[in-house]
Amino acid sequence: MYKRLTAWTRYTLWLVCTVFLLPVLAGDWLPLKIDQLHDPDNPALGLLQNPGDALSRLPADNAGNEVDWIRALENGYIRPRSELHGDKQVEILDSDILMNKTGSIPRVRFPHKPHTQWLDCENCHEKLFKSQAGATPITMGKILEGEYCGVCHGAVAFPLTECNRCHSVPWEDEASVQAGVP
Amino acid sequence: MMSLLISVLVPYGPGLAEYADVVLNRESDKAGVRPVIFPHWFHRVRYQCRVCHSELGFEMRAGANLVTMQDITDGQFCGACHDGEIAWSTENCDLCHSALPGTAAGIRGGHETLGPGNW
Ligand code: HEC
Ligand code: HEC
Ligand code: HEC
Ligand code: HEC
Ligand code: HEC
Ligand code: HEC
Repeated sequence: MYKRLTAWTRYTLWLVCTVFLLPVLAGDWLPLKIDQLHDPDNPALGLLQNPGDALSRLPADNAGNEVDWIRALENGYIRPRSELHGDKQVEILDSDILMNKTGSIPRVRFPHKPHTQWLDCENCHEKLFKSQAGATPITMGKILEGEYCGVCHGAVAFPLTECNRCHSVPWEDEASVQAGVP
Repeated sequence: MMSLLISVLVPYGPGLAEYADVVLNRESDKAGVRPVIFPHWFHRVRYQCRVCHSELGFEMRAGANLVTMQDITDGQFCGACHDGEIAWSTENCDLCHSALPGTAAGIRGGHETLGPGNW
């Protein structure tokens, strides 16, 4: 009886922790000391910055670093340098590519602008993508395996769970425009 | 107390690390030092991706860059900045070599999906 009770108590405790505590933790930046990646016995650990100390001051998001990096950059919260020495003007390309091989789910809008604010053309062209709309054989399967968009998204840029940030152009839009529906 | 609770919830394991932290461990464990943790979040506040992945030539694939301590003290890779001028120098071993011994190389992060670092 005692044994069963403790097992039950332990189970309830575990359940309470999982149900109530985890969502709270997941929405937070863990201190390095308990992130299970940093060695808590490292004497210099206290010198490193905890993610929450810096990231909580930037525009919030709900995935990845839980920072909206695009807004952080555009609204001047951060000013990351474009080169090692100095800070040369970079080439910003403001053109979108519409990708429509998505079956019935919303199409993909690839915006060059936020990408060229962080990256050089050579980070993507011609190794990852051809410089011709529609010429690269991108599929969702390949992306999930870490190719094409999946080189960065799911690793460093916002994760692949955020389907609708890429699949952002519903089919009805154009259909209704073409059919002349007001 | 917090750490006790966390350690009870072990199944979540290294998924607790900050998104896009990279562990570099091609040589560290073998050489008897802690593996290296490179935090993307900290660096992208200060530098655009292009500085490391274009100007300095870091390949965008965890584990793809053969970085040695000699290269770094010679001013390559991390050493391009961690030279005592742009950022603190290589004397601060424990600031880079900060992972739990035995941690496998690769990309980490709580919101990790099937990114390339998984294989
Ligand atoms: C980083 C951007 C991105 C994210 C996030 C993303 N997709 Fe995609 N997806 C694409 C691109 C690009 C294509 C290829 C479109 C083309 O070639 O016209 C695609 C294609 C697809 C296709 C078409 C079939 C195929 O296999 O190519 C489906 C279905 C799909 N995605 C579902 C999803 C779902 C579900 C999610 C969320 C779990 C998701 N996508 C998240 C970019 C993304
Ligand atoms: C994050 C990755 C990325 C970066 C950085 C990038 N591009 Fe692209 N670019 C793409 C993708 C994806 C396409 C669409 C390819 C496809 O549909 O096959 C594209 C298409 C193009 C096209 C073809 C457009 C058309 O309408 O046919 C040109 C031209 C181009 N890019 C030029 C550039 C230039 C110039 C830069 C640098 C200023 C740049 N790109 C930076 C990903 C990128
Ligand atoms: C070389 C790295 C890289 C590649 C490849 C890449 N992206 Fe991105 N993408 C980024 C970064 C960095 C951001 C900035 C936001 C962030 O870090 O979360 C971003 C942001 C975005 C945004 C958000 C734009 C906004 O205004 O909110 C979309 C949409 C997007 N990417 C779609 C794509 C699609 C679709 C592809 C593939 C065709 C792709 N990306 C390939 C790095 C990349
Ligand atoms: C700026 C970050 C940084 C600092 C500071 C640093 N290291 Fe490293 N170290 C690295 C990286 C990155 C590697 C490559 C890791 C790997 O692939 O295992 C490395 C590798 C090593 C290796 C593996 C063998 C070799 O020679 O490459 C040893 C041993 C080592 N470091 C010792 C030290 C010692 C001792 C110090 C302090 C005097 C130190 N490191 C400071 C980043 C750093
Ligand atoms: C201060 C230097 C630095 C900056 C800035 C930087 N990175 Fe990295 N990046 C690295 C290092 C170091 C690695 C690990 C390389 C290794 O393990 O060999 C890496 C790895 C990666 C990987 C491979 C991850 C994997 O799953 O294999 C991607 C993708 C990446 N970075 C994208 C980005 C993007 C996107 C940005 C800008 C938002 C960025 N990086 C900014 C240094 C940097
Ligand atoms: C483009 C320049 C640059 C490169 C390349 C670079 N770093 Fe840094 N790093 C910095 C700067 C700047 C700081 C902040 C220094 C300061 O606060 O004085 C920093 C700080 C750090 C910190 C401390 C973060 C904290 O919590 O305070 C670590 C750890 C670190 N770098 C590791 C690395 C490793 C490992 C590499 C190579 C894989 C690397 N860095 C490459 C510029 C760089």
